[in-house]
Amino acid sequence: MQLTSPESLIFWTTIIFIVFFILLAKFAWKPILGAVKSREESINNALASAEAARLEMQNLTADNERILKEARVERDAMLKEAREMREQIIADSKNEAQEQGQKLIEQAKAAIENEKNAAMAELKLQVSTLSLSIAEKLLKEELSNKESQTKLVEKMLGDVKLN
Amino acid sequence: MYLCKNFLEPKLETVLIMIISNKPVQYLLVTLLALTSSINFASTSVDSVSVKHDDVELAAEGHGTTSEHGKTVGHDVEKEFNASELINSHIGDAHDFHIADWNGHAISFNLPVILWTNNGLEIFSSEKFHHDNEGHHVVDINGQKVVRYKEVIFYADKFEEMTKEERDNGAFAFDARPLDFSITKNVFSMLMSAIVLFFLFFAVARSYKNNPNAPKGLAGFLEPLVTFVRDEIAIPNIGTKKYGKYMPYLLTIFFFIWVNNLIGLIPFFPFSSNLTGNIYFTFVMAFITFVVTTLSGNKNYWGHIFNTPGVPVWLAPIMIPVEIIGMLTKPFALMIRLFANITAGHIIILSLVSLIFIFKSIAIGPVAGAFVLFMSVLEMLVAALQAYVFTLLSALFIGQAVEEHDHH
Repeated sequence: MQLTSPESLIFWTTIIFIVFFILLAKFAWKPILGAVKSREESINNALASAEAARLEMQNLTADNERILKEARVERDAMLKEAREMREQIIADSKNEAQEQGQKLIEQAKAAIENEKNAAMAELKLQVSTLSLSIAEKLLKEELSNKESQTKLVEKMLGDVKLN
Repeated sequence: MYLCKNFLEPKLETVLIMIISNKPVQYLLVTLLALTSSINFASTSVDSVSVKHDDVELAAEGHGTTSEHGKTVGHDVEKEFNASELINSHIGDAHDFHIADWNGHAISFNLPVILWTNNGLEIFSSEKFHHDNEGHHVVDINGQKVVRYKEVIFYADKFEEMTKEERDNGAFAFDARPLDFSITKNVFSMLMSAIVLFFLFFAVARSYKNNPNAPKGLAGFLEPLVTFVRDEIAIPNIGTKKYGKYMPYLLTIFFFIWVNNLIGLIPFFPFSSNLTGNIYFTFVMAFITFVVTTLSGNKNYWGHIFNTPGVPVWLAPIMIPVEIIGMLTKPFALMIRLFANITAGHIIILSLVSLIFIFKSIAIGPVAGAFVLFMSVLEMLVAALQAYVFTLLSALFIGQAVEEHDHH
């Protein structure tokens, strides 16, 4: 290589490089590196917050699961309670019905007894009335014949049996 | 040297298009970019020539191909092709940006020459040298006579007294020449890359203001590179606590070197400079890394240099110079590595192109072309790789300087 005057290129390289460096550092590298750095930070922040959101989501899911489980238990309990209650009610009503029936039966029995007694009394009355009328009739008949009258009375009396 | 430039052009164009053709807009942009050299031809009222034409012409005429670069205007003598001269002129710096040659006349973009002469500052266009690079054309600048010899500007009277050898090593003959602060091809290209990069990243920085969401478009493309420098270079080497302070520097050198490496691979006008393959440039870059490293050095760093732990005190007279040399070899290696890698790549590609002119046969064209294509693709990888290595090693050196030891 043919060496040329060294001062020319050395002088200009120094001047141009230094000016170029200062201008670039101020107007280009500073904003570019700043922007790149802040963007990287924002990306990191975004990633971190995404991770946080993911964790929160996980927590929420766990919570939901727990709540669901609790709800299921509660539902089961409620169902059980309801079943018990139903059984209780059924049992209670059965008892009551039985009681009521019993009572009704008792009442019916008492009424029947009363009726029966009344009927018996009536019957007695009727029988006695009937007997009297029979007796009357018989008497009327038999009394035409004294002997037979007596005979009849005796026979009838022998037949009649008070209950 | 338009022959070579044009020769390379279609290849790199294809490569570029292949790489960036994912999007139609970018495809168009690249095509447009690739056409810029033709546009320049047109604007200089000279017809453009295609490589093949010229090749065929040369082959048909059976003439030896000519090295037109550095040939003075008006000289119609055709010189024998000299590959090393061609390569040297391509990888070196220049006062004017050579675009093409037409009929032995160079078409170039004239850059300003800035001289600090014995009479003070002089600024004029490099056009005044009339493409002379042999010290023949004397230019009168406000009464001072200067000549240009192999891109070094001498005082005409002092130049006359110099031997050929002194002239060839004239870059360091400070008494025979004015101080040269010209905007050379490399300075021009560096300025251009700095402006483009600045607006590119400024646009990216602005896009973040309007879009707090995921980056898209340009930012989407460049942000992974920025985070790559941060996550793969800065943090592993400097550590999470201190890397922030050095990020702007590392990003700047990474993109600056990378883009300038790539610019060197594009073989036509506003590009094609070999900036990162210039040892002065790599010297400044490495020196800045050295300054940053030295200024960041903490107690441990200096302790290791002046009182290496575990070494007996009586060894200090040996250890201290060794450690100080160690401080300097690190940036020195940086300087040489970048310079050598990029220059070597350029030399290989140019040598392959020169094969065509050395063999004087069109048949060698496709073979050399295939190799050039292969090398160009490889060099694109090297361009990124060397920017990465330079940044990585800078980060490593800074990391060593700021490291906190628990102590062995």
